[in-house]
Amino acid sequence: MNAPMTPFAKPWIANPDGYRVPYEVFTDQVYYDQEQEHIFRGETWSFVGLDAELPNNGDFKSTAIGDTPVIVTRDQNGQLHVFKNLCMHRGALLVRESRGNAKSFDCVYHQWSFDLTGVLRGVPMRRGVRGEGGMPPAFDMANFGLDALRVEVMNGLIFASFSKTVEPLADYLGEGIVANIQRIFNRPIRIMGDYRQYIHGNWKLYAENVRDPYHGSLLHLFHSTFGLYRATQKGFTYMDPSNRHSLLKATASAAPTSASEDQEVYKDVRSYNTEFHLKDASILVGRPEFDDRASLVINAIFPNLLIQQIANCLAVRQSVTHASNAFEIVWTLFGYADDDEEMQMIRMKQSNLVGPAGLISMEDGEAIEIVQDAVIRDGKKTSVLAMGGVHSGSVDHMITEGPIIGFWENYARYLNLGADLKK
Amino acid sequence: MSSPSLLSSQSTASRKDKSSAMVPDDFMWQGYSALETQWRVERLLSRYVACIDDDNLEEWPSFFTQDACSYEIITRENVERGLPLTLVFCTSQGMLADRIVSLREANIYPQRWYRHIVSNVLIQAVAEDHLEVQSHYVVLQTRRNGQTSIFSAGKYKDRIVLQADELRFAEKRVVVDTHSIDTLLVSPI
Repeated sequence: MNAPMTPFAKPWIANPDGYRVPYEVFTDQVYYDQEQEHIFRGETWSFVGLDAELPNNGDFKSTAIGDTPVIVTRDQNGQLHVFKNLCMHRGALLVRESRGNAKSFDCVYHQWSFDLTGVLRGVPMRRGVRGEGGMPPAFDMANFGLDALRVEVMNGLIFASFSKTVEPLADYLGEGIVANIQRIFNRPIRIMGDYRQYIHGNWKLYAENVRDPYHGSLLHLFHSTFGLYRATQKGFTYMDPSNRHSLLKATASAAPTSASEDQEVYKDVRSYNTEFHLKDASILVGRPEFDDRASLVINAIFPNLLIQQIANCLAVRQSVTHASNAFEIVWTLFGYADDDEEMQMIRMKQSNLVGPAGLISMEDGEAIEIVQDAVIRDGKKTSVLAMGGVHSGSVDHMITEGPIIGFWENYARYLNLGADLKK
Repeated sequence: MSSPSLLSSQSTASRKDKSSAMVPDDFMWQGYSALETQWRVERLLSRYVACIDDDNLEEWPSFFTQDACSYEIITRENVERGLPLTLVFCTSQGMLADRIVSLREANIYPQRWYRHIVSNVLIQAVAEDHLEVQSHYVVLQTRRNGQTSIFSAGKYKDRIVLQADELRFAEKRVVVDTHSIDTLLVSPI
């Protein structure tokens, strides 16, 4: 069992006026180290890539789970594997490229060679040179295969786990989240490319951000500036039974709301106007492609994945941690293999909306950094999460911080913080 | 059944740059000598980055051709993988202007200054109606705390034409080496 950790003085209590999270979780190295061990290397499934990134046998990519470097590879029989990117000899990074195709993984340091299933196949000078040196008789190559992680692939999404005991992926995600994966990954995809966004803040501030429907129309002002967005549009907030994952979903085709209702909702908002109009609105041209007509789906999967559908802009976002005050978002945008040329152009134009230069998403980087900068010496002070009532769980609207509470309830459970998990 | 990719073929073609097949020293273009053409191209690039660094962004779209133009920022990582995804993808002056209105009115980002350094201006092809020009750039970023860092390094791949007696960009493709974007990218490069 996890030993109790001294800095975690008391459980986090959900009071009637708000759920409170101490800011030290974003700044203290103790939390960072514990979450590497108990979340990223614990009883979770982490996203490591899309199988469309590795179409051919021998393809590999290097990535990280938390901050542990891993290799994702497709062996000569087409089977996917995930290994720690760590030579079993002296600990060197085995794969130093971000991507490639290989017949074996050969460490540059002493040329120990591993096949794509992780088995150690070659140790130079193992029998010595002219009778001198060599490995001792007790050395058995079979004992030095690469550290393999458990791997499950769901509709082309590759997940890996360091845990031998975590539940199967489908159970870990729950039916509602699996249904969204099946909805978006309903046929072969075509990778459009990656963005990488380096943020000088704690990864959990982003985990909060993607579970926070409250900020959408308030921080991101592109739509309201150009008179395009209505907070009154219909949506819902779904959480899986464990409250680890969340699904925020809004439909553009909801009944139009009245101008007076919009004015009421936005009367406290700094930038709601219709003064500005897009000169070239082709950026917003799209095609309905899902039966449910949802225009916005933000699906956060604990601990490191977000699946987004914003109009026709489809993406996965993987969080990679670097330190308590630094992480990276790796965005992979995609369409479908059967997209016609017009649809490919629609997705290219809509890609302007997202990513580090995204007209509606760039602010998230700034929002995270201004929290990180402000709380640096106020670790015992707390945030307050109260919008929508002080509880996690599914609700039929999006004016809530419930998914963030669900994240912290689970975080506390994984780190054995003794938090009050009762509603 | 996979339909042909609209953009990857063109990206694949430009994955590796043709090592600049030598443009003759004594070409003439639109009545300008080689030297004057080089000078006009460098002046265009200098004015372009001054416009950005001096925060005259409302004038930025006017550096591009009026009828149709292309402005893209793409990472070298995507280019080398033959993938089309761009950070910014504009196909008209209107889209450029919309980016600036968004930056001024809508987007939230840290206060900072940009400083572009452009060098190695190389005319790589001379056609009757356009030039193909490559140059290198570095963007230094000075944050609110007064500290300066390298925000982005890469190159410009430009297709330059003469329109209304001014050189303008018909296409500007910014290929970014710095594929890990520091927090966010709001101003043009």
